[in-house]
Amino acid sequence: MTEPLEHTPRRTDPRTFAVRAVAMFSQLVLPLVVGGFTILDKGDFGDALLYFLPLVVLAVGANIFFAYLRWARFTYTVGADDIRVESGVLSREARSVPYERIQDVSIEQKFVPRLFGLVEVKFETGAGGGDDLKLAYLPEVEGERLRELVRSRRDGSSLPEQDIDTDIAPEPDARLLYEMGPGRVLTFGLFEFSLAVVAVVAGAAQQLDFLLPFEVWDWRSWREQIAGPGQWLAGLGVLAQLVGGVIAVGSLIFIGVATGVVRTVLREWGFRLERTDKGLRRRRGLLTRTDLVMPVHRVQALRLSTGLVRRWFGWHSLKLVSLASDSGSANHEAVPFARLKEISPVVVETGFELPGAEIEWHRSSRRYRIDGFLIGFSLMIAIAAALFVSSNAYLALLPIIAGGGWFALHEYMRWRWDRHALGQRQLYTRHGWFAPSMAIASREKLQSVEIVRNPLARVRGYADIRFGLAGGHLRMRGIALADAMRIRDAVLSSMGEQDFSEVVEAGSQSA
Amino acid sequence: MDEADDLIPLDPAYKSMLRVQFAIVGVVLLLAATIAEFAIPGWTGAVWIPALLLVTYALVRVPLRRYNARGYSLAQERLRVVRGVFFRADTVVPFGRVQHIDVGQGPLERAYGLATLTVHTAGTHNASVSLPGLRHADATAMREDIRAAIRRDTR
Repeated sequence: MTEPLEHTPRRTDPRTFAVRAVAMFSQLVLPLVVGGFTILDKGDFGDALLYFLPLVVLAVGANIFFAYLRWARFTYTVGADDIRVESGVLSREARSVPYERIQDVSIEQKFVPRLFGLVEVKFETGAGGGDDLKLAYLPEVEGERLRELVRSRRDGSSLPEQDIDTDIAPEPDARLLYEMGPGRVLTFGLFEFSLAVVAVVAGAAQQLDFLLPFEVWDWRSWREQIAGPGQWLAGLGVLAQLVGGVIAVGSLIFIGVATGVVRTVLREWGFRLERTDKGLRRRRGLLTRTDLVMPVHRVQALRLSTGLVRRWFGWHSLKLVSLASDSGSANHEAVPFARLKEISPVVVETGFELPGAEIEWHRSSRRYRIDGFLIGFSLMIAIAAALFVSSNAYLALLPIIAGGGWFALHEYMRWRWDRHALGQRQLYTRHGWFAPSMAIASREKLQSVEIVRNPLARVRGYADIRFGLAGGHLRMRGIALADAMRIRDAVLSSMGEQDFSEVVEAGSQSA
Repeated sequence: MDEADDLIPLDPAYKSMLRVQFAIVGVVLLLAATIAEFAIPGWTGAVWIPALLLVTYALVRVPLRRYNARGYSLAQERLRVVRGVFFRADTVVPFGRVQHIDVGQGPLERAYGLATLTVHTAGTHNASVSLPGLRHADATAMREDIRAAIRRDTR
């Protein structure tokens, strides 16, 4: 870090190669070998190797060669006004990104680069198509330095002269908002029970006898061995089979829980959310460590949700809806798993507020819920009629009683729990009764308002409102038409007070 | 919100343009029906007559209903677009939320001197709101109006 960094084209770290080689090995060589085995399984193995090996070597060699060329021809320049990247082996491409257009710099550390102490630096420009400028891979120090540089440039101040020499040194004014210790992460993992994995494993267990790879050698003997205990078990009678069943279900549940815990630990380990002068900074991950800053002024709305089970234990999560994307999804998980009293300070930091006692909550139109029930119930009657005709008269009662009951309960609960409210500056919607979630949106930051009515809604006098929210969806369903118009007018008048550029862009320029 | 409040109707030429549009589809449909009639032994009219009825309805009634269902307004620096015969939607975009504006003309629209105005917003829902059936001159004038409003706001 001693040479003058400005205006000299630089290359990415040479160790990038090593990372690419490891990635290539898993992407190219392994499939080739596996593919080779399956194709050449029947033939003479030594002979096959003779033909096959040069091919592999050639493919790998060519890849390394091109990777080298690409690395050698890829340079970036940190200029006075912009970051410039020149790349391309045959056709050259030059791209310049002015500092003013860089919304944020995100640093990602995947598992393999982490072994080498490298990071991938991404300059988010807010260009929709994910066509952001990426530098892969740079040393950790360089990544941090670039991030600091871009931020200070954006603010118009000059770069502080001292070197930023530590890799993950906390920013001086960073204030810890929320963190998860190992205990909390494990608890979180227990609630992340993965039903999908259980289904897959159960399905695989059904097909076990031919999914096992043992046929490579002598599948008949293996099959007999597997069949053996089963027959032995069948001989023991009902009780033993029952015990076996319980064990089987138990092990499935164990697998589901274990998968949830492992996945959660990998994703959330060492979770830290800090308030820095640039926004909320989140770091998490065990193998792939991600480091992300969410600028507070770009938060468009909050989503506070919980789960079917965790709800009873008082656990909630907080997501920030913003324009920038969190590797694909627009919702940033600010607090994935916490008590409400831990979440509320974070909410305050984002400039939003939780609904107070003075907020007047409204329900959706009673007619909307009744219509919903009637539609479901008529469907059930149709099924019952079909069952009745097709011989099973008693069975026909089932959809009417169970299905009708379910729809009645569901619509009643939704009517009871789904609510919306209009605050001074904010808009609230609450949704769901199994696992309720609440959205808090800023009235000023909405983009458009739409009132939609289907034919039934027009006859019965209610409407849906859909709000244009940057980076998310927000709607209120089945609201009496007069209320819908009132909400729309109120929201539109607060939207008129601010221009788009102030809503989405930084408050820094407008000031 | 139904029609009662002062919405500006689209250009009447929009109806004619829709008719031409439907006529093209109708000709293709009738051709297919004719082929089907030939394929079915004997002249039954089982395919041809319903197809003819459908095309007639689409040519006579649908453009009129669609034209009547649509309308817009620019009052209070907000673009309001109302549309839909069965599923009615009433969308409002304040000028201050418009990111960029397109004025587009398809070949048929050009023949009738019409244009489609599309405004883009940053919202995920209603990322673009389009308003067809405007006179081309009106559409460009609206674009200028909206642009002027944006420029004034950002300053």
